[in-house]
Amino acid sequence: MAPLDELKIGGMGASRRRVEDNRFIRGKGNYVDDIVLPAMLHMQILRSPVAHARIKSIDTSAAWEVPGVRLVLTGETMAARNLAWMPTLSYDTQAVLATDKVRFQGQEVAAVIADDPYIAQDACDKIVVEYEQLPAIVNPIQAQKSDAPLIRDDKENQASNKIFDWEIGDKAATDQAFANADVVSKLDLHYPRSHPSPLENCGSIADFDRATGKLTVYMTSQAPHIVRAAVAMVAELPEHMVRIVSPDLGGGFGNKVPIYPGYVVSILASILTERPVKWVESNSENLISTGFGRDVYLEGELALRKDGKILGMRMKTISDHGAFYADAQPTKFKIGLMHSTFACYDIPTAHLVSEGFYTNKAPGGVAYRCSFRVTEAMFFQERMVHAAANDLGMDQAEFRKVNLVGDDMFPYRTAFGFLTDSGQYQKCLDVGMAAIGYDTFKQEQEEARKRGKLLGIGISTMTEPLGAGNSREYDIIGIKMFDSAELRVHMTGKALLRTGAKSQGQGHETTWSQIVAHELGIPAEDIVVEEGDTDSAPFGMGTYASRSTPVAGAAVAMVSRKIRAKARKIAAHLLEVSEEDIEWELGRFYVRGNEERGVTIQDCALAAYSNIPDGLEPGLENTAYYDPPNLTWPFAAYLCKVEVDAESGVWDVLNFVAVDDCGVRINPMIVEGQVMGGLTEAYAMANMQYITFDEEGNCIGANYMDYLLPTAWETPGFELHEVVTPCPHHPIGAKGVGECATVAGPAAFVNAVMSAIEHTGVRNVDMPLMPNRVYEALQTGKDVSGMPPVLSD
Amino acid sequence: MSSLYDVIPPAPPKGVSTRRTTINVNGTSQTLDVEPRLLLADLLRQALQLTGTHKGCDTSNCGACTVLFDGRPAKSCTMLAVQADGHSVETVEGLANASELHPIQEGFKQEHGLQCGYCTPGMMMTAKALLERNPDPTEDEVRWALSGNLCRCTGYQNIVKSVLWAAKKMREQDQEA
Repeated sequence: MAPLDELKIGGMGASRRRVEDNRFIRGKGNYVDDIVLPAMLHMQILRSPVAHARIKSIDTSAAWEVPGVRLVLTGETMAARNLAWMPTLSYDTQAVLATDKVRFQGQEVAAVIADDPYIAQDACDKIVVEYEQLPAIVNPIQAQKSDAPLIRDDKENQASNKIFDWEIGDKAATDQAFANADVVSKLDLHYPRSHPSPLENCGSIADFDRATGKLTVYMTSQAPHIVRAAVAMVAELPEHMVRIVSPDLGGGFGNKVPIYPGYVVSILASILTERPVKWVESNSENLISTGFGRDVYLEGELALRKDGKILGMRMKTISDHGAFYADAQPTKFKIGLMHSTFACYDIPTAHLVSEGFYTNKAPGGVAYRCSFRVTEAMFFQERMVHAAANDLGMDQAEFRKVNLVGDDMFPYRTAFGFLTDSGQYQKCLDVGMAAIGYDTFKQEQEEARKRGKLLGIGISTMTEPLGAGNSREYDIIGIKMFDSAELRVHMTGKALLRTGAKSQGQGHETTWSQIVAHELGIPAEDIVVEEGDTDSAPFGMGTYASRSTPVAGAAVAMVSRKIRAKARKIAAHLLEVSEEDIEWELGRFYVRGNEERGVTIQDCALAAYSNIPDGLEPGLENTAYYDPPNLTWPFAAYLCKVEVDAESGVWDVLNFVAVDDCGVRINPMIVEGQVMGGLTEAYAMANMQYITFDEEGNCIGANYMDYLLPTAWETPGFELHEVVTPCPHHPIGAKGVGECATVAGPAAFVNAVMSAIEHTGVRNVDMPLMPNRVYEALQTGKDVSGMPPVLSD
Repeated sequence: MSSLYDVIPPAPPKGVSTRRTTINVNGTSQTLDVEPRLLLADLLRQALQLTGTHKGCDTSNCGACTVLFDGRPAKSCTMLAVQADGHSVETVEGLANASELHPIQEGFKQEHGLQCGYCTPGMMMTAKALLERNPDPTEDEVRWALSGNLCRCTGYQNIVKSVLWAAKKMREQDQEA
């Protein structure tokens, strides 16, 4: 018998066209706002127009009078049910509907539930709230002043606006390294606040059934199982009476990990009205009130030897978390995995100090397409590396090569204690340099300058920790970060697979089937994948931090292997030989030494329901929980060539080369799609995408006219390359990839622009590199800081 | 009170003034009594249950709600339903027939032109209008035509390829015909 062709059955390595597309291209996706339940009511939220104020009174009487209004809720009504505050995913509390004060512009103050959303909005407009305004704190520099107003006066033992102090590394050894250095390179930066902005905004439909006591919530959540646990706690409902369904998601990028007040209010509204209640926020509401990313200040220093060797690294970060510390971070790590910075470089010693502050802004710091702050970590790293190479007068590529961890150094323990396990860093950089024509660039740059043109080239190289857990180190509010898969093979050999992950566009329905096809030889088209319904999917921590393939994907491989082990027993029974005498090839068991005598996996599936050997349990299904032994460590080498227009400060990308090593690629088409999408978000952050606040805490960027997202017109093309170093511990050798481009990308763009303009003496321009900032740097030869305005005394 | 929003009732509810509006939607004439402030996107999504037209922003920037209004792309979240009285509206649901996908739909699938799928219907409707006016566009012309539609997942490169794939297929079909 000819063995199965894995690519033909849609197995590993096949650029299989996506299954989910069949509904999306027909307009038959099923997003939260598409769901209509019988007798459903609609909810709108009234938000605070000011950033910091005491609530003196709320008058809802006129709202109740609007025909079609069923319920009006305020902080007071929530408080009566102990629901005015809820726990966050980082051991803080967050106001559901404000009672005492409002702490950011856009904070939830009241809600109206009515027959349709237009009526609910009319009634919201009739609620009268009297505010006594307080001074607003809009950045952590203000927040730490001794006379700064206390934002979180609701908390006992909270005497200041500081959330945490966190420290890691060897301070004494690092101080010594700096004392021994030939050169110390310093750089201060701000990674500005931006918003993940999935195109679909957040929403929920809560449906409480009084007769059964069961609550079903359709919700825009990247992590439905965490939400179930949280809802059971907050709403004091037994967990088996809570069902969270996350249907199709119109993007997530970390924005749909936190639990938002609107979800909780819709749940109470459904309990009180005994009808389904739908809440779908507007885009402006999404932009001003839901999970922001970034907003971290850096003071960075590198201790350098003359020959280019990095002797030590020191970082201090100050982060702005908004009014509630609500971004999900693994419990041990207050500033996420910031300490993964410099993981690709061989550095003897390092020290990181981090401080987090409350401000009068919406809760922020979510892992925006990022494995918990690694986007900031790698941007800081690659900007510091760029500045250090310049300070030493060394070539950028050469400086990196002196310091990159070598292929023969794995497993490598980083200065902060991570264990990186595989990679070909130099090779990736070489592939990128060849593709972009690095060796001839200097000459090209000089010639262009003679013609009055400013060319620049930027490099960004990094490895990042993707796929949390392992569970020893990583948890969210105590829940360990493993994941799961359940596989049911039906009697005809068709199968149903469910996982604890939740796709938001990553294509799990396509990719997971390919892993099963690879492990069992069942054609991918014979496998249907379901995710997102906590009543049917096995428990998992959801999809963010590029953890789906590293963790849930591994569980899919492991459950397939469990199925294969049982099928082997059935095959032995069917072939009338002992288990030891049979061999496996893709999709088929055969008798060793007699290849013609075999049974397919489909034969075994049928027998599992119709011809079971004595002593074996019928059926062919199983569940696997996978706790990864380590994170996965993909590598990226990105090179970008730009031209800066000296007259306007506008810069254009001439060429962008991305070399990604994410281990074994399950579906290369999907991997490339992830990389291009991530690069576009990186370009966006480098060029235009940021949200700032005025001195009173008003959000400047509350819609897509003020908050710029790149369109097809601005977005450059990308040239993609691959290097494959399989992950040594992942069952199919895969590493995470969804976020590599967002993480490594921004520094490549910024370094390229800096390379074009640093002959003027400028050392740093903070993101986004808008034309006015670049122009100012060119004119003055001085750094341009992105620091937001600081309120004067 | 019955809700205008969920299902358009046969008789207008008391106290709410409505206007009789006739719209040709995907080739079928629909007559409805609608509240003058109802947005076209809401009429399509709620009253006609054509939920392929998505709402992403409320400022006409994202283009997820793009439909063809008398053949030209229009953002249905910034139009009143009553403005469509006497006009034709084409939505994503009108692209495929029972047996065949439209080449643009095929192109998006073949070239991996979508990830989360939220922008896709609007992108495809904008692309349809482009290809009707310009059957053989350059990459730049495609990028310019799509610049009123935001995508957060793909980085646009594959969307452009999808449209070019469809353009080629449509030209081939025209030659055969």
